[in-house]
Amino acid sequence: MANTAARGRKWPLADFLSRLFREKPLGAIGAILVLVMFITGIFADWIAPFGVNELHMVDRLSPPSGTYLLGTDNLGRDLLTRIIFGARISIIIGLSAASISAVVGAVIGLTSGYIGGKLDLIVQRFVDAWICFPMLILYLTLMAVIGAGMIQLIMVLGISGGISGSRTARALAFWVKGSDYFEAARSMGAHTSRIILRHLLPNVLPLMVVTFSMSVGGIILAEASLSFLGFGLPPEIASWGGMLSGSNRVFMEQAPWLVIWPGLALTLAVYGLNMFGDAVRDLLDPRLRGGVGGLGERGAQMARKALEKRQNRVQPDSLND
Amino acid sequence: MQVYLIRRIFLLIPTVFLVTVIVFLTVRLMPGDVVDLIVADMGEQSRGIDRAIIEAALGLDVAIHVQYVRWVSEIFLHGNLGTSLRTRRTVTEEIVSRIPVTLELGLLSLIITNLIAFPVGIYSAIRQNTWLDYVGRSFAILSLATPAFWLATMIIVFGGRYWSWSPNVEYIAFIDNPIENLKMFLLPAVLTGTAASGGLMRGLRTITLEVIRQDYIRTAWAKGLRERVVVIRHALRNAMIPLVTMIIPQLGALIGGSVIMEQIFALPGMGRYLLSVIVNRDYLVVSGTNLIYAGFAMFLILLTDISYAYLDPRVRYR
Repeated sequence: MANTAARGRKWPLADFLSRLFREKPLGAIGAILVLVMFITGIFADWIAPFGVNELHMVDRLSPPSGTYLLGTDNLGRDLLTRIIFGARISIIIGLSAASISAVVGAVIGLTSGYIGGKLDLIVQRFVDAWICFPMLILYLTLMAVIGAGMIQLIMVLGISGGISGSRTARALAFWVKGSDYFEAARSMGAHTSRIILRHLLPNVLPLMVVTFSMSVGGIILAEASLSFLGFGLPPEIASWGGMLSGSNRVFMEQAPWLVIWPGLALTLAVYGLNMFGDAVRDLLDPRLRGGVGGLGERGAQMARKALEKRQNRVQPDSLND
Repeated sequence: MQVYLIRRIFLLIPTVFLVTVIVFLTVRLMPGDVVDLIVADMGEQSRGIDRAIIEAALGLDVAIHVQYVRWVSEIFLHGNLGTSLRTRRTVTEEIVSRIPVTLELGLLSLIITNLIAFPVGIYSAIRQNTWLDYVGRSFAILSLATPAFWLATMIIVFGGRYWSWSPNVEYIAFIDNPIENLKMFLLPAVLTGTAASGGLMRGLRTITLEVIRQDYIRTAWAKGLRERVVVIRHALRNAMIPLVTMIIPQLGALIGGSVIMEQIFALPGMGRYLLSVIVNRDYLVVSGTNLIYAGFAMFLILLTDISYAYLDPRVRYR
């Protein structure tokens, strides 16, 4: 243990990775899937055999073959190419919306929890009201109001995710406020800015990383659902959800490869992200696992309630592992 | 209990107020004026019609807070959620026949979710780290990652290709033919229910694991009780309290998520209606439908809190 801790201080990343592979085999599989997805997305221009909107009308709806490894769609676009570019779209949306969500959640939750009092009361009623709307219904309505498009989609997913996720950060602020070192720092006359920088922030960062890593999978699924319903991205953008809808649906029975691959890519990506996210949570912030610990009785209870309310998949995996 | 109930209902008032504000503002802030839309729709007919007349007819000619007060009092005093710009029918008329469809789908999915999650989640916990546990957990993880709309599409595509089966597009009401009606709902409910069971299963496993480590469970074992009695009478009863907080909101999530299944299987529910009015840009109806969804969720949250207080006396006296 002492050895690990000493090494951890020197090489935090190496230590994290070695723990990931030793203690969390499923998380490691997830990490590999995520890595593959990232490499595919980043180097899509070099990996993809064709251009993303390159049409081969002669070969439209051709089954998987040597030239078109996964087949083509009804416009003769190569499916493998579109799936590779779909990885890029999913990564862009997943990462940016999750970052916005983590920042918005932390800002709202910490301000509300740290300042407390009337502000907290008002902000919390607003969060309560926001949570009343079923997620998909809310996304659909907001997308209809501000119009389809990549930036709009990222803003909608990120901000509304941040509002509903802010309760965890609020619980954390409460816990910091109730801690002895906060009391000590204040009685020594520390400035608010110093308390925020030295005491609040170091505690919030792991939480933000955890919320971030755990929300990416859900955001990618939400994007796919919205694009599937026709309210996410315009059809010329290669999104996995969008590939399962629109004009493709007419030809699916005739060309079943149209339905198999995008869904499989989506499932593998979300599976990998979820597994990796769970492992990151367990390794970085064991307090959020649901056990009793650093958050204290009240803090742990609130954090857990907040986590449960997110309904997604945030249940602690197991008590023992 | 009564005091708690009253306090809880009073706490709901600000939430209701903010929900209406959010719905009202969302629709009012959208780009592209409703009036422009109407004028564009009328095309030739609109020549010579003054914008101001349309605005006055829609009540858009007064300040925004007056509009809000009018809108809200119309809802709470007359139960009028708004009138469709296209069909001139009220939201209430349109939605009454669609609520049962969405509710039926939601309830059936909830039943299926629990039928899967309960046995697997609990078994997974009492046989922790056996192959059964691993199979159950892998299933939970996979069901969380597999989008239900993909599975639904796969079933329709391959069903049509190899068994020339396709879902019924003509809706049959439950009163007309209960069996045919249930047949229509079965597949979408199984798909939504399975997809939703993963989260509940994991939660159940964690709670059960927590409960079976308690002293009273050890006592029950020490008394020589059979495993079934220990698990059902001692462990499950105590696990019920946190479970309630998980199961009821699940229904809310299922009803919100049913949009996709209603769309794929052509079920005439609220979600499908919402999609169609969004596509038609019938914004006054969009806000009415959203209010119904939010109202339902608020009711479920209230129900959760009340049953929580009922099951756990400590909550009532806090």
